[in-house]
Amino acid sequence: MKIYADNAATTKMSRTAIEAMLPYMSEIYGNPSSLHSEGQAAAEALSDARERIAKRLGCTAREIIFTSGGSEADNQAIITAAKMGEKKGKKHIVSTAFEHHAVLHALEALEKQGFEVTLLDIHDNGIVTADDVKNAIRPDTCLVTVMYANNEIGTVQPIGEIGAVCREAGVLFHTDAVQAAGHLEIDVIKENIDMLSLSAHKFHGPKGIGVLYAKKGIILQNLIYGGAQERGKRAGTENIPAIMGMAAAFDEACDKIEANSAKLCKLRDRLIEGLLSIPHSILNGDAEKRLPGNVNVCFEGIEGESLLLLLDDKGVAASSGSACTSGSLDPSHVLLALGRPHEVAHGSLRLSLCEENTAEEVEYIIEAVRDVVSLLRGMSPVWRDLESGKKEFILK
Amino acid sequence: MALYSEKVMDHFRNPRNVGVIENADGVGEVGNAKCGDIMKIYLKIENDVIVDVKFETFGCGSAIASSSMATEMIKGKPISEALGLTNKAVTEALDGLPAQKIHCSVLAEEAVKSAVKDYYDKNGIIYDCKLFHDCATCEHCHH
Ligand SMILES: Cc1ncc(COP(=O)(O)O)c(C=O)c1O
Repeated sequence: MKIYADNAATTKMSRTAIEAMLPYMSEIYGNPSSLHSEGQAAAEALSDARERIAKRLGCTAREIIFTSGGSEADNQAIITAAKMGEKKGKKHIVSTAFEHHAVLHALEALEKQGFEVTLLDIHDNGIVTADDVKNAIRPDTCLVTVMYANNEIGTVQPIGEIGAVCREAGVLFHTDAVQAAGHLEIDVIKENIDMLSLSAHKFHGPKGIGVLYAKKGIILQNLIYGGAQERGKRAGTENIPAIMGMAAAFDEACDKIEANSAKLCKLRDRLIEGLLSIPHSILNGDAEKRLPGNVNVCFEGIEGESLLLLLDDKGVAASSGSACTSGSLDPSHVLLALGRPHEVAHGSLRLSLCEENTAEEVEYIIEAVRDVVSLLRGMSPVWRDLESGKKEFILK
Repeated sequence: MALYSEKVMDHFRNPRNVGVIENADGVGEVGNAKCGDIMKIYLKIENDVIVDVKFETFGCGSAIASSSMATEMIKGKPISEALGLTNKAVTEALDGLPAQKIHCSVLAEEAVKSAVKDYYDKNGIIYDCKLFHDCATCEHCHH
């Protein structure tokens, strides 16, 4: 059996998306900046894709630009707000401790340039509140950036409420909606979102393409200078095939949000229930305010990388926040922000489902995880100390 | 996953000498759970020869494979040879480790040494302290 349960890392492209791309590689391959009809056909497609995506977000076509993905959109949004703030002498930014590195590292770079950053702690359920944001905003705050949904623990933030707080305080509000777009209903007007990032490969679109929405009146700061593409705010010949694939994937995903969510929440909840029946385990993040496909659990006494390798042997593709898999010395900053001690955070497992996963697969995963956890615990000196009572369990 | 060599995967999937020796003559435990790896090695020693060895490891694939390989390399060998086991030898026997995983082989070397030291201490055997430098492994860990 082969089960892909790492959809938060990336997704398989949908048939619809692939087919939407094909004509733009072989037939309509012109450069949208060219005057001839080949070029104009591409320009028309580009404009159509922009309209469709804008409509889904509740904004106008002029308010979105295409980027190389979520990371670029996050960077451009943050640097734009910083430049705008700097002009008014406002050099304070509010964000959270569990943002994606595309946001955190952009903020670190700004700190080196004299900006001050407040990273809000998340609560035990993996959520920040509008009040937390409100209390952190200062007269010199130029930006609040809070992710729509977390990529590791899947918790969904109260974006509408945070947007309202920012609007009242007159502070720009950006949200990294990479994990939410195509999975949750988003309305930039209702939710008072000034800037938003999304990335096609998280909703069955192609990799290397994304969107930055910036509300009318925000003058974007270029990261890439050159030609006049994207109203001069992002140079480079447009990746038309990818943009068409993204537009098709986004339409498809948005049309199916309700149906997918109903199906996924059921699978997710069964998976959580099954995994938590393994002793000394805990769910990371709120059980309800989470992405429909996200499951993230810690198991005491084992380490995540060996868990992933053995699951891979059983045909299950998953992910973990252990140090060994994060490529750094520390386990995931998200699990640490959630208050998990290092030794527990090392034993984390993220399974992220999509609508193609089935109830049978979920049962298979539960059994596979149960087997692997017990195998690894059987050879773990940490587990022996816990079981023999020499050390106390952290997860009861 | 091509992260590891076939050898590493073999020792990870089918680790040799997993377990505990009751009333072991020497026990060594190195690493810490905060850093994500702990190795524990148990030795049964007769006439200065390691007649049996078992290990328990909490850690990533290469940590488990390194401890498995190290136990194979010292089983049936005189103590003097076990003390000569280097992390380099463990790494080579595994057909290499990714650069960021070399510390796993260092842990394995130190777990063996620590178990021998425990045996010496328990039996009042005099040894040269320079044989055992204290937990250099934790340099990679900053907690
Ligand atoms: C929350 C979040 N933000 C940003 C990114 C980066 O997106 P991309 O891979 O398109 O650069 C990702 C995905 O890796 C993500 O999950």
